[in-house]
Amino acid sequence: MSDVLQYTVQGLAAGSFYALAALGLAIIFGVLGVVNFAHGAFYMLGAVTAAVLLDTTEIGLWWALLVVPLLLFGFGVVVERLLVQWLLRLDPLYNFLLTFGLTLLLVDLVKRKYGVSGLPYERPEVLDGRFELLGVGLPKYQLFVLIFSIAVCLVVWLVMTRTRIGMIVRASTERPELARALGINVGRWVTPVFGFGVALAGLAGVLAAPFRAITADMGNDFIIILFAVVVIGGLGSIVGAVVGGFLVGLVEAFGQAYAPTYAQILIFVLMAAVVLVRPAGLFGREETA
Amino acid sequence: MNHKKFAAGTVALASGALFLTACGGGPSSSGGDFTDDKIVLAVLNDQSGIYKDLSGPNSVKAVEMAVADFKKKYGDDAVVDDIEIESADHQNEPDIANTKAQELYDRKGADVILDVPTSSAALAVANQAKTKKKLFIDIGAATTELTGAQCNKYTFHWAYDTYMLANGTGTSVTEGGAKNWELVYPDYEFGQDMTDQFSAAIEKAGGSVDGTIATPFPNDNFATFLTKAASGEPDVIGTMQAGGDLINVVKQYNEAGLRDRGIDLAVGLMFITDIHSLGVEQFAGTTFTDAWYWNMDEEARAWADRFTEETDTRPSFAHAANYSAALQYLEAVQAAGTDNADKVVDQLEGKKVDDVFLRNGEIRAEDHRVIHDAYLAKVKDADDVKEEWDYEEIVATIPAEEAFRPAEDSDCSM
Repeated sequence: MSDVLQYTVQGLAAGSFYALAALGLAIIFGVLGVVNFAHGAFYMLGAVTAAVLLDTTEIGLWWALLVVPLLLFGFGVVVERLLVQWLLRLDPLYNFLLTFGLTLLLVDLVKRKYGVSGLPYERPEVLDGRFELLGVGLPKYQLFVLIFSIAVCLVVWLVMTRTRIGMIVRASTERPELARALGINVGRWVTPVFGFGVALAGLAGVLAAPFRAITADMGNDFIIILFAVVVIGGLGSIVGAVVGGFLVGLVEAFGQAYAPTYAQILIFVLMAAVVLVRPAGLFGREETA
Repeated sequence: MNHKKFAAGTVALASGALFLTACGGGPSSSGGDFTDDKIVLAVLNDQSGIYKDLSGPNSVKAVEMAVADFKKKYGDDAVVDDIEIESADHQNEPDIANTKAQELYDRKGADVILDVPTSSAALAVANQAKTKKKLFIDIGAATTELTGAQCNKYTFHWAYDTYMLANGTGTSVTEGGAKNWELVYPDYEFGQDMTDQFSAAIEKAGGSVDGTIATPFPNDNFATFLTKAASGEPDVIGTMQAGGDLINVVKQYNEAGLRDRGIDLAVGLMFITDIHSLGVEQFAGTTFTDAWYWNMDEEARAWADRFTEETDTRPSFAHAANYSAALQYLEAVQAAGTDNADKVVDQLEGKKVDDVFLRNGEIRAEDHRVIHDAYLAKVKDADDVKEEWDYEEIVATIPAEEAFRPAEDSDCSM
């Protein structure tokens, strides 16, 4: 029983990264129609930036959770203005290739500057140690990651459903023509939405910094799982991305515990099963898929 | 086509001219014994991927240092004046390594290929060396196959192998009182090989392996694997992960607080660059086997200081081993008076060597395993670190004869 609790928390903590990053991916896909292959690289940049900030300016985790997403938002805006926007009218494949190329570029630049063996990172002492729950010592940091990311997902969800901006973004996502016909300037929201999506990937990177290896390659496998998450949740679906993220985290953890060799395959088995039963994903709608 | 012919003609003329001047010129150069009147050392390794920092471009620098030292030592008495260094990136892919090795031997005129991390890539290059009858000195790869069933006359294995790592760490940690082990390993050739070698060493030393867990490779989430490994309350968890995966394991091992529960961590293969990248705090107390450490004595330190001037970083054992291999190869050429591979092999075989890297070294003739003292190392506590890269404490020296697999246990027949 105690093991099951432990695996659950571990799975949900791992799922937090997937959920946050997939949320960004889903929003970008929804509004821009861009399958952002560079999302893994942005996640990596988030972690690397946090490590560099700590090393050079002693900005620790707390401030990094604010500063890094802001920096990456700015970076996302630049990328969208300089590159992505020119290909929006063309086949989605063009932007897929663009972001793929961007990934290679970013990964190699980071390798050049910081090498390949990774950067050190220390978390605040408050988050060291364990928290006793039902007789099981759960790492405080994992609980923090879990609570923090659920909070962020909730805020994003509230913004999306309860505010005017959210309504416009959702309208632009789901019925862009209709939104335009109603006089909404859909194009105006494209750049900030892209930046916001990138910032979410960066935030996931900052959270990962204290307990994942911070290397230029850390996003390479991450992005593949992330695509699985988005497919499971439903392309462009905000709730789907979050639920998919946590679900994949859990599958990974229980897979590692009970069928270690098949842990990663299980994720894709789940993906295949979901696509067979619901081609648009758990929360996707047929039209948007 | 014409251009190529023309270029080839020019090269032929030029080398002919060189040949003549060499013969007519100084008595030092006996050009006739050298196929192209020069020696070409080729470093084939990972110049951009996961092994870049622990070997990579800085190994080329180490080889440059060896060439400089050789020239300084022999000056005009050197049997060859023209020593070139080539380098190539094999990206840890056996196919690329195979193609690059052919290119280096055939077109770049390489007399010896050095380094080649990644076992599968190393075995591919060993095969080329055998076919082309040119030398190959492996440093970066760990497989005992190079000096086992797949050994050949032209291949030498210089620095370390899985037997050395498992025997050193597995035996000494078990004898130190940690009897019950759980092994976590990446599910590919290296990980499986290491797990077998570790299990053998642990059981021989009176311990037991209670469980082994195969993990995907590469992988960034080990939390659950570790929880599972710890559930049987072993004395020690042995991890065979390397590079970035190792860093993930260590971070998550600390996260789970297993050390506080009295479960130690032993690492199969670790380079000093791993400690540097993760920070010494995270690794503190971890035991592992090292082939060489830059701060282990005056001689090593003096060399490391020179290396640091060139590269701005401290050397890993792979850097020192590349230096040593290049230097001993050149010494053998000097003694043989030729770059003829068979004659150089004759010089190397059975030679006893002491240099900055090889202590009590011997180039074993039977299987071409280069044996030398190995070291059981412990990562220092952060408070004991006196300078940057001062991370290791050498707990014990494992004598050369015990550190490596005995020649009679090898399947090698040349």
